[in-house]
Amino acid sequence: MQGASISLDHVGISFGDAQIVSNVNLEIRPGEFICLLGPSGCGKSTLLNAIAGFLPVQGRIEVNESPVTGPGLDRGVVFQSAEVLFPWLTIRENVEYGLRLRGTPALARREKADHFLGLVGLTHAAEKFPAQLSGGMRQRAQIARVLINEPHVVLMDEPFGALDAQTREVLQVELDRIWRESGCTIVFVTHDIWEALLLADRVVVMTAGPRAGIKTIETIDLPHPRDQGSSECLALFRRLRDDIGAEVKQALRQQGLNREPV
Amino acid sequence: MSDTTQSPGVRLPLSTLRFKAMATKVSVGPLSVLAGLLLWHVASLYTSPLFLPSPLTVWRTALEMLADGSLLESVAASAWRIAAGWAAGVAVGVPLGVFMGRFPVIRLMVDPYIEFFRFIPPIAFVTLAVIWLGPGEITKIALIFYTTVFIVTLNTIAGVKAVNPLRLQAARSLGANAISEMTTVILPSTVPFMVTGARIAMGNSFLTVVSAEIVSAQTGLGAMIWTARNFARTDWVFVGIIALGILGYVFDRVLRLASNKLLNRYQ
Ligand SMILES: Nc1ncnc2c1ncn2[C@@H]1O[C@H](COP(=O)(O)OP(=O)(O)OP(=O)(O)O)[C@@H](O)[C@H]1O
Ligand SMILES: [Mg+2]
Repeated sequence: MQGASISLDHVGISFGDAQIVSNVNLEIRPGEFICLLGPSGCGKSTLLNAIAGFLPVQGRIEVNESPVTGPGLDRGVVFQSAEVLFPWLTIRENVEYGLRLRGTPALARREKADHFLGLVGLTHAAEKFPAQLSGGMRQRAQIARVLINEPHVVLMDEPFGALDAQTREVLQVELDRIWRESGCTIVFVTHDIWEALLLADRVVVMTAGPRAGIKTIETIDLPHPRDQGSSECLALFRRLRDDIGAEVKQALRQQGLNREPV
Repeated sequence: MSDTTQSPGVRLPLSTLRFKAMATKVSVGPLSVLAGLLLWHVASLYTSPLFLPSPLTVWRTALEMLADGSLLESVAASAWRIAAGWAAGVAVGVPLGVFMGRFPVIRLMVDPYIEFFRFIPPIAFVTLAVIWLGPGEITKIALIFYTTVFIVTLNTIAGVKAVNPLRLQAARSLGANAISEMTTVILPSTVPFMVTGARIAMGNSFLTVVSAEIVSAQTGLGAMIWTARNFARTDWVFVGIIALGILGYVFDRVLRLASNKLLNRYQ
C-alpha cells in the first residue's frame, strides 16, 4: 500500500454564518504522520471531517491530486467513539464490512479479515459482538475495519481519547508499528502533546477559534521508537505546551471561562 | 427480613441462596394466581351467578363449550382476523415507516394526517368500515390492519430517525452507497423499533377485534361475549374474557420468542 499526498489550499469551513476554520494551507507528503493539536473547540474534528468528505468546504482539498467531493475508500476514518462499530455484527463481520460491500468472495474475505484481526491482536475475539469487548478492544476493531480497505489515508479523531493511560500507551506503540508496515498517510487529532511527540513526523498546532487556522508546525525529526525522556523531546514538549497554552488561554477568554485574580 | 432469622454473622451457602431466589421466582406468580382465584370464589359466594359466576361454574362452562366446539370456533375466528390484519399491517408499516423516515418531504406531507388520526381509536371507525366494506370478514381485518400500520409506521419512523449519524458516516467512508447504507445500516438499526411497534400493535389488535366483532360479527370472541348478554349467560362472558387473555398471552409469547430467536443480534 502507498500513502497519498494531501493538499489543503485556502481551506475554510463554516456552519451557517459561523466561520469555524479559515484559510488553512497545508501540504502533507505521502506516508507522513501528521498530528493536529489545538484548544478544545477550535475546529480539529471539523477539519478532519472535511478531509474525510463529510463537509462542504471553501477552498480546495486534494488527495493524490484529485479533489475531495465526498467520503471515499481512499480515506479511512477512525472515530473517537467506538459506537460506530455495528453492534449487530460480530467483530469479524464488522472488519469484513468493507470487503462485503465490494463483493469480495467469502474465502478471500475471511483470509484478509484474519490478517487484519491478527494485526490488531483481536484474533481471539473475532466471533464476539462489540458490546462484549472492552473500550480498547473496540477501538482496535475499528482500526482493523478501516485498515482492511487499505486506504491511502487514515484520518483519526482522538481514537485513544477515551482509554486509560496504560491501554493508550500499548495502542500508540501498535499504531506506530502498523503505520510503518502499511505506509499510509495518517492525520491524527489529539489533545495529548506526548502522544503527538511519540507518533508524529510533524505536529500542526491550530489557533483558537473562531476562524481557526494554523499557528505553528513543528517537525519532529527524531528516530522511532522515541524516548520521551530525551532532551530534544523535552524541549519540543515545552515549545508545544507554550504554543498551545497561549491558544487555550485565548479560547477560554473567549468563552468567558478564565477568571484572572484581581 | 421476615423469613431470614439467622444472626448477622451466619451466611447461607451460595447454592442455597440461588435455590431460594429461583424458588421465589418460580412460585410467586402461580401463588398470586391461586390467591386471585380464591378471592374470586369467595366473592362469588356472596353474589348471584348472574352477577358473578364462580370460577368452578366458569370452568365447567368452558369445558362444555370446548366439547361442543363453539369455544374453539370463536377463538379461531378472532385469532385468524388478528393474525391476518396484523401481519398485513406489519408488512406495509415497516417499508412505509422506513420510506417516511428516510425522505423528510414525504413525512412532512403525511405528518398532519398522522397528528390528526393518532388520537382517534380504530374503534371509532367500526361503523364506517361496515358501511364501506360490508359486514364480511374483510371489515374486521381492515380495522386491525389500520391499527397495526399506524403503530408500526410511527415506530419505524422513530427508529430511522434515531440511527446514529456517525454510523452512517462510517459506512459511507467504508464504501457504502445510498442503497447499501439502507440495507446494512438503517434497516438493522431500526429492527428493535419495528419489533416494539409490532408488539404494541398486537395488543391494540385485540382491542380492535373485540369491538369490531361486537358491532358486526356472528363469530369470534367479541361476538360470543356480546351474544351472552341476550341469554343472560354471564359465565360465557367470563369464558370469552379469559380466552382473550390467554390468546393474547400466547400471541405475545410466540412473537417474543420468534423475535428473540430470529433478531437476537439486532436488539
Ligand atoms: N454541526 C455543527 N453545527 C454548528 N457548529 C458546529 C458543528 N460542529 C461543530 N461546530 C462548532 O465548530 C467548532 C469546532 O468544533 P470541533 O468539533 O471541530 O472542535 P474540536 O477542535 O474538534 O474540539 P475538541 O478538541 O473539543 O474535540 C465548535 O465551536 C463547534 O461548536
Ligand atoms: Mg474534536
